[in-house]
Amino acid sequence: MIRQDLNRVDPKRRIVVDHRKTPFADPAYKESQYPHRLNFYATPPTADITLEQFEQWAIDRLRILAELEACSFRNKSPVETAAHMKPLLDKYLPLDTNSSSFTQLFAQRQKDHYSHFILRLAFSSTEDLRRRFTRVETMLFRMRLSGGDMRERAAFIQDLNIDWEPVSEEEKRKFAAELAATSAVFGKRQAQEEETWCKVDWMRVPELVEGRRVFLKGGKAYVPAREQQSMVVAEFTTRLEKALELTARALPRLDEDDRLTPILNHLSKNFITPDASYSGSSSAVDGAEITARNIDNLSQHFPMCMANLHRQLRRDAHLKHYGRLQYTLFLKGIGLNLEECLLFWRQSFSKITDDMFNKEYRYNVRHSYGDVGGDSNRRGGGYSPYSCQKILTEHPPGPGEAHGCPYRHFNMENLAALLQSTGVSDRGVLQGVKEDKGNQKFHMACNRVFEHVHKAELKRAKDDGVMTAAQLETIVHPNEYFKRSYLLKNMGKQPASQQGGSGDVKMEG
Amino acid sequence: MRTFYQRLFPWRYLFQWLNHSPTPTNDFAHREFAFTLQNDAYLRYQSFVTSDLLRKDVLRLMPSRFEIGPVYTANPRDRKTMRNSTAFKPLAKELCFDIDLTDYDDIRTCCDKANICNKCWRFMTMAIKVVDAALREDFGFNHIMWVYSGRRGAHAWVCDKKARAMDDQKRRAIANYLEVLRGGAQSGKKVNLRRPLHPHLSRSLDILKTHFQDDVLEKQDPWRSAERADNLLKLIPDHQLAESLRKKWDSSPGRSSVLKWADIDTVAKTGASKNLDTLSLLEAKQDIVLEYTYPRLDIEVSKKLNHLLKSPFVVHPGTGRVCVPIDTGSLDEFDPLGVPTVQGLIQEIDAWKEPDAVEASQDSKNTLQDWEKTSLKPYIEQFRSFVITLMKEERSVKAKRERVEDPTSAMEF
Ligand SMILES: [Zn+2]
Repeated sequence: MIRQDLNRVDPKRRIVVDHRKTPFADPAYKESQYPHRLNFYATPPTADITLEQFEQWAIDRLRILAELEACSFRNKSPVETAAHMKPLLDKYLPLDTNSSSFTQLFAQRQKDHYSHFILRLAFSSTEDLRRRFTRVETMLFRMRLSGGDMRERAAFIQDLNIDWEPVSEEEKRKFAAELAATSAVFGKRQAQEEETWCKVDWMRVPELVEGRRVFLKGGKAYVPAREQQSMVVAEFTTRLEKALELTARALPRLDEDDRLTPILNHLSKNFITPDASYSGSSSAVDGAEITARNIDNLSQHFPMCMANLHRQLRRDAHLKHYGRLQYTLFLKGIGLNLEECLLFWRQSFSKITDDMFNKEYRYNVRHSYGDVGGDSNRRGGGYSPYSCQKILTEHPPGPGEAHGCPYRHFNMENLAALLQSTGVSDRGVLQGVKEDKGNQKFHMACNRVFEHVHKAELKRAKDDGVMTAAQLETIVHPNEYFKRSYLLKNMGKQPASQQGGSGDVKMEG
Repeated sequence: MRTFYQRLFPWRYLFQWLNHSPTPTNDFAHREFAFTLQNDAYLRYQSFVTSDLLRKDVLRLMPSRFEIGPVYTANPRDRKTMRNSTAFKPLAKELCFDIDLTDYDDIRTCCDKANICNKCWRFMTMAIKVVDAALREDFGFNHIMWVYSGRRGAHAWVCDKKARAMDDQKRRAIANYLEVLRGGAQSGKKVNLRRPLHPHLSRSLDILKTHFQDDVLEKQDPWRSAERADNLLKLIPDHQLAESLRKKWDSSPGRSSVLKWADIDTVAKTGASKNLDTLSLLEAKQDIVLEYTYPRLDIEVSKKLNHLLKSPFVVHPGTGRVCVPIDTGSLDEFDPLGVPTVQGLIQEIDAWKEPDAVEASQDSKNTLQDWEKTSLKPYIEQFRSFVITLMKEERSVKAKRERVEDPTSAMEF
């Protein structure tokens, strides 16, 4: 039964198979065999599974992916992520090596294989979902690749048949200096003469190029043979991206009354973007006066990234593009309406004329609110307020720009000065922030400052038992920072029903 | 302005440039154009089958400028009528770079904001050299056109077929490969490179060294005032050395940047610091050279396939200057302030006619196009030869592919 359904929802199957040019004439061979622990998911499944399995396997994998994404939002290192994920993977999606004595290798690999393909169907409908799915699947693949048995990994890579050309001895001599300069990046595990290198089109290893970790010459990247791993990961991403697009194109052929459709829809809804959770007024705080003239007052509740923008704005009567965008969306998120927001910017840019303001800035503010722009922008109510993840990773500030996250983008000296100027001068806290920053735990630093600033209120709230579990979680969104800060500082001044407010905000899928 | 678009703008070559062939293809027809109208309305997703239709619309709407976006999977004008929106997406666009002198405001002393002069244009010259070298030598691109942006910057269009087909991840990889200065106004030291320097950075440093001496230390004199010299001292890793330098400079106010730069080594040699780490000082000095010379790219333009960029040969509405291509063969001679302006060009056409009526013969006059009568001529000729080279290569690539796909040639495998 489900066999038919899977075939029906999966009409691009043949395309994928053709694309891969599998040497196996008999598909049944592939079906029954999972020679490797790892899988490039080149061939869609064809065997029967039950509807319960269909749903349960998908939910189990989704749990893993959502947790992985949460790890990346919290800036956990690969080692920490692996440690955090281990028990979850063991429980929901175990994959043992060939050498293990475990007898359920086939069942594990089948579940991994099928659940991947089910989620492909659920997450191929929009570009945003596809991008996120590719990102977290790549994380999962990378984690599994770097774990596991070395010899089995080598065999898996061998089977992929990725073409790389060895670098000749002559060429090695010719570019000795260049190769030496890049080989140090990979750690001096071997003397350079012993190193074997291969040449690949640079487009195969964008990650290595991006970090200037390889020597480039005429479009070829010179990669130490042991860096094959990141090439394999890049190849995984590329192939998955392509496959998802094919799936997306085949999707409209899914019947409306299909029994799988509601399951798939439900799955994709459970993978909502953290950014989207702060769109609109759901995160606004009732009872607060959110107006242009009250922003100065409210700014005491802003996280450092926004407080800094506010100070820069007051100092220069100007902010550059990304600063305006980051700040506008945050203000929108705290509940400032469009009219007030326009008023706020107009008054803040005090050195320019109305004419100039209308010409240069008005449109962008309206666009952020979805008041103008393309259909989808208007329908979606403009952009969502930025999450910490977005602020930390996208558009790092350039010269003269004030956006970004001070914990990440300031040097320690300037960060300390900023903190002190906002009244955070406790030595222990500053030392803690310094360590967090050094360990790239920027959200930890921010939460540390939050806890310090709200020490008294947090204690009282805990004593009174008014804190919900959600309110004790790490803050990973500037608007959540504001909301918690505002609620804590105004505890007891408003109806009790407001106090648990942030508990209903869904942070991650 | 109308006369300019009517008589001088190189429509034909613009078409061939984007179309990669003399006969119309989807490379042109599915290409997005965006117009900024005089009333500041912004029209996106315009597309045209031929250059003549584009020309007509430009003359009808007289936009203050127009931009070029990507080639889409379908005609951009049909995007709303398509059955599912996923089928409409960008396929290809030149890899673009944008460098703007306002990003140099914290290190240039001659001008700020929208103003430029030949002194600070040198920053642009060095930036172009560094980026151009990397794109050619490292990434193997050949068809790179640099264009003056009309006021205070320059754009690069990398037109190789391979470059045009890149997705966002690859664009981002190149952008980040090229980016060296990190951090905003508050981040302190902006250049923090690991050692040994990557070959791209050693080469860039070689290119930039002399520019640093001539164009930065001498022409910009960025550390003459005590305030600005403080920026330099902050970048010196050895505190004792920095303090000795501060004392020395305090006692001779107004000491030039050339001398101050030399003082670092001189004072270091006198043993001003007991445990001076000479290697780290040398590396810090390299970082300083890069901070003051290395290209400051507006990197977002390069990262996205669907980013739009102002078309070459458009007139900058503020300055009236034409966005002409920059000849990298004589890059050092390029004078942004001497670029033809629309007003000047119109006068040139008018002025040209009179001597012609007297001297030249009837038929030679007929063969001359208006642009050939003006100072725009060398720029259009440069553009034309760029386009011809590009088309030639596309043709040979296409021919090769057809040969490969031809089953009769299967024996080669
Ligand atoms: Zn200048």
